[in-house]
Amino acid sequence: MNTIGNVTGIIANLVIVETEGTAGQNEICFIKHGDTRLMAEVIKVVGNKAYLQVFESTRGLKVGTEVEFMGHMLEVTLGPGILSKNFDGLQNDLNKMDGIFLKRGEYTDPLDFDSKFAFKPLAKKGDKVTAGSWLGEVKENWIAHKIMVPFKFNGEFTVKSLKEDGEYKLNDAIAVLTDKDGKDHEVTMVQKWPVKVPIKAYKNKPRPFKILETGIRVMDTLNPMAEGGTGFIPGPFGSGKTVLQHSLSKNANADLVVVAACGERANEVVEIFTEFPELEDPRTGRKLMERTTIIANTSNMPVAAREASVYTAMTIAEYYRAMGLKVLLLADSTSRWAQALREMSNRMEELPGPDGFPMDLSAIIANFYARAGFVYLPNGETGSITFIGTVSPAGGNLKEPVTESTKKVARCFYALSQQRADSKRYPAIDSIDSYSKYLEYPEIEEYLNSTISENWTDNVHEAKDILLRGKETYEQINILGDDGVPIEYHIRYWKSELIDFVILQQDGFDAIDASSSLERQDYMLQKTLGVTRMEYDFESFEDVGPYFKRVINALKQMNYSEFDSDKFKKNEKELEKILKEQKQEEKEEAKA
Amino acid sequence: MEKETKAFQRVYTKLFQLTKATVSLRAQGVGNDELAIVDGRLAQVVKIIGDMVTLQIFGGTEGIATNAEVIFAGKSPTLKVGDDLAGRFFNAYGEPMEGGEIMGEELEIGGPSVNPVRRKQPSEFIPTGIAGIDLNNALVTGQKIPFFADPDQPYNQVMAMVALRAKADKIILAGMGLTNDDYLYFKNVFDNAGALDRIVGFINTTEDPPVERLLVPDMALSAAEYYATKKNEKVLVLLTDMTLYSDALSIVSNRMDQIPSKDSMPGSLYSDLARLYEKAVQFPDGGSITIIAVTTLSGGDITHAVPDNTGYITEGQLFLRKDSDVGKVIVDPFRSLSRLKQLVIGKKTREDHPQVMNAAVRLYADAANARTKQENGFDLTDYDERTLEFAKGYSRKLLAIDVNIEMEEMLETAYALFSEHFKPEEVGIREEFVKKYWHK
Ligand SMILES: Nc1ncnc2c1ncn2[C@@H]1O[C@H](COP(=O)(O)OP(=O)(O)OP(=O)(O)O)[C@@H](O)[C@H]1O
Ligand SMILES: [Mg+2]
Repeated sequence: MNTIGNVTGIIANLVIVETEGTAGQNEICFIKHGDTRLMAEVIKVVGNKAYLQVFESTRGLKVGTEVEFMGHMLEVTLGPGILSKNFDGLQNDLNKMDGIFLKRGEYTDPLDFDSKFAFKPLAKKGDKVTAGSWLGEVKENWIAHKIMVPFKFNGEFTVKSLKEDGEYKLNDAIAVLTDKDGKDHEVTMVQKWPVKVPIKAYKNKPRPFKILETGIRVMDTLNPMAEGGTGFIPGPFGSGKTVLQHSLSKNANADLVVVAACGERANEVVEIFTEFPELEDPRTGRKLMERTTIIANTSNMPVAAREASVYTAMTIAEYYRAMGLKVLLLADSTSRWAQALREMSNRMEELPGPDGFPMDLSAIIANFYARAGFVYLPNGETGSITFIGTVSPAGGNLKEPVTESTKKVARCFYALSQQRADSKRYPAIDSIDSYSKYLEYPEIEEYLNSTISENWTDNVHEAKDILLRGKETYEQINILGDDGVPIEYHIRYWKSELIDFVILQQDGFDAIDASSSLERQDYMLQKTLGVTRMEYDFESFEDVGPYFKRVINALKQMNYSEFDSDKFKKNEKELEKILKEQKQEEKEEAKA
Repeated sequence: MEKETKAFQRVYTKLFQLTKATVSLRAQGVGNDELAIVDGRLAQVVKIIGDMVTLQIFGGTEGIATNAEVIFAGKSPTLKVGDDLAGRFFNAYGEPMEGGEIMGEELEIGGPSVNPVRRKQPSEFIPTGIAGIDLNNALVTGQKIPFFADPDQPYNQVMAMVALRAKADKIILAGMGLTNDDYLYFKNVFDNAGALDRIVGFINTTEDPPVERLLVPDMALSAAEYYATKKNEKVLVLLTDMTLYSDALSIVSNRMDQIPSKDSMPGSLYSDLARLYEKAVQFPDGGSITIIAVTTLSGGDITHAVPDNTGYITEGQLFLRKDSDVGKVIVDPFRSLSRLKQLVIGKKTREDHPQVMNAAVRLYADAANARTKQENGFDLTDYDERTLEFAKGYSRKLLAIDVNIEMEEMLETAYALFSEHFKPEEVGIREEFVKKYWHK
């Protein structure tokens, strides 16, 4: 029998319920408002009072209304067919909803229970299995979707029987497992899991030691993201967080991408809905939508469901990681999730922490980021979740609780700069303030130098050094005036501009420049450093800019051409010509 | 507001708490968000704890006594919608200002959101004739964009102009804390343009109680949804001024002892504003809601909570600035941004539009650098001099808000300015377009 209670208080979407029965933290409840059932989650219990955050509008709700406690936490349904779906924050399939407007209390099946999937067994009778073991697989788009022993199963089981190759529905039993006490358990192709509990069906979680190629130069070359790593992108409004995340979702070398649109604009999600079914995955040639799952809880959708949406997305990512896949999880924006927490905490009149956020905000953020990672599965395979969230700091000021809490846990920091965005230097990542802690890991350094090229990390540090020195020099030129500094200063400044224009800046909307392979990044970095390593002897500071502008133009044209194509080589020749002419001129001047 | 007491309504007469914006009493069977009349003033339930009910009084609580009569209406705020909304002006409660009744369906305001998978991607260009907008910051149906303006800038004038030229089927004006003069200005302009039959106004002026404003945007957007979904019309909603709306939010939340967030705004400001702005939408059947808003700034500070949260919600922003070189108000090409322009420029407009736009803004930026150089007493090069001349023409003939020309003419004007001051290679427009469009 489920616990029943009655509403005794309503403050916006916070509802207080009195009950004689048991109530658990994070337990799901339904409020019976007329003909509709409003879903809610217990967020605090004091005596016989449970405090619920309602995932819907509470308009018209009255004191005395009956509430049913469901005996479980907020769960997602995991099984074949998740991929390519558009869910809301509670995993309702948005495409299954009727009408143009969302209806309060309408909940739809996340999966297609009537469809049949072609199942192929992987385990065999007599196998010893535990939670997460692969029993079989079905084809889901192009992924071999593993049917696993449910994560809720404790201990070791023996496979008693397993279905043969064939077409089955999600709820058909595909295996019978026997537990230690000889009791049989049926397993279907779906299982449920509470979103706020990490799925731990893996053997161990080593430190990330590989790079997740994103195709974005300023990330891969200067501050690489590790496969299974964590990072965040803070930036004021309009600085390019969403465009950058969209580029990541299009170009990153992941098996699949889970996008949590958390409290941001609906039109941005519509852009994904519209474009991804058309765009091709550059690696597989398949449509991008085939590897993408969207959790859309836009800013006008209920605030409490916004909080749930990031957990829903993370749990789906963990499910696919347990299949041995490389998952990229993106959340835009984690600040909206934190704000949802703040709104509830304010309504419950909790003692506020800095800026009114809950006291435990740091811990909540840390626990969430800790769910990402590279793992070894019990069968020796590997899987990973790389997580990158955006942060929208109030007033663009990074000294605020969400940015500071995130900075403590995320290993990569991609700071978007207003100034760079204003001068249209996209992506506006400030390469000097930003960092990747992974670049300091010896195992990553080793990986980079052995897979990209021998001197890769040395080159990267050289480029970073030029950028830093360029910035310092620029400040001095500004103070002392163009002719108040030695020509050498101008050269130093323009060398950093060269790296800025050729390596850092990248046209996310250009078909070719949008994504750059590591091989190509290596080639371009060496080319560019080839220019910066040259010794120059200019007559006047006025000659420095024009020369570098020509070099930049030639290198940029290379960026815009297909790698190694005729056009690419033609532009490369053009570059060589400019360099040669410069040497020639210097020689002649030296003679004269 | 006068309301008659009907037999079935529940009436109470014992208040136990009064603040500037709220009253509390003991009552039963009350629904959340329900409307009530307190001493003849409209009020709405904002909190229920047991039998303790707190109401927010839109007209303020001045003069209300603990024995005031409270009548619950049994419903949340509604608006009557029908064909005869058009051409009329309403108060914050959705009542016609000139009196009379509206025949039609009663809609709950502040209704549900559009399912994101049922939206269409905005793709229809809205020409306004103002090149500072059309050329550099093209607007698109279904977009939401505010003017970030100092209180002394002519934003209401520009907005009225944009509205009239936008070829919208309906223009819905939501005035919040509008001065009476500005209200009459809007009325006059629309009347003179013979456009009154396309206008619906919901008006709260500075003479009305500030908390009443809280109803205005929801009223306007419900009317917009009616026209956009029931009639498949293209609706343009003008929200002026959202900073004054936010001030009203903070009055209520502070009265309810909520912990204020930055700049004494409620912690829910982002969600509160997003709920409104996200009503902007392109429906699949052709109807659309486009929102042009005003967020007034204090001392140009865009890090204040209201513009800051707004910037995080809207699809770009427009800045007005006085250009003292040409003595005109211009749309600032540097700080203004329409984030949806990519969806239409060069696609719905001429192919070279993006290139012309970028080139002109780049040259204007070069001019700004030249001016800094000049001010710091450095010598100007010939190129610097030419960019300064270009900037004057660009400001006067394109950026100024009094410009009213077609897209094609904007592009031609830009080429005329380019060829007057520069060689093609200095402008950096793609070869093929130079061949096709450059003025010889
Ligand atoms: N890489 C890019 N290339 C070209 N334009 C860009 C790029 N990044 C951003 N922009 C421009 O900046 C605008 C804003 O970018 P974006 O929407 O990503 O900002 P944001 O940081 O997500 O802002 P918000 O916090 O308000 O959501 C885009 O609409 C686009 O015009
Ligand atoms: Mg964004």
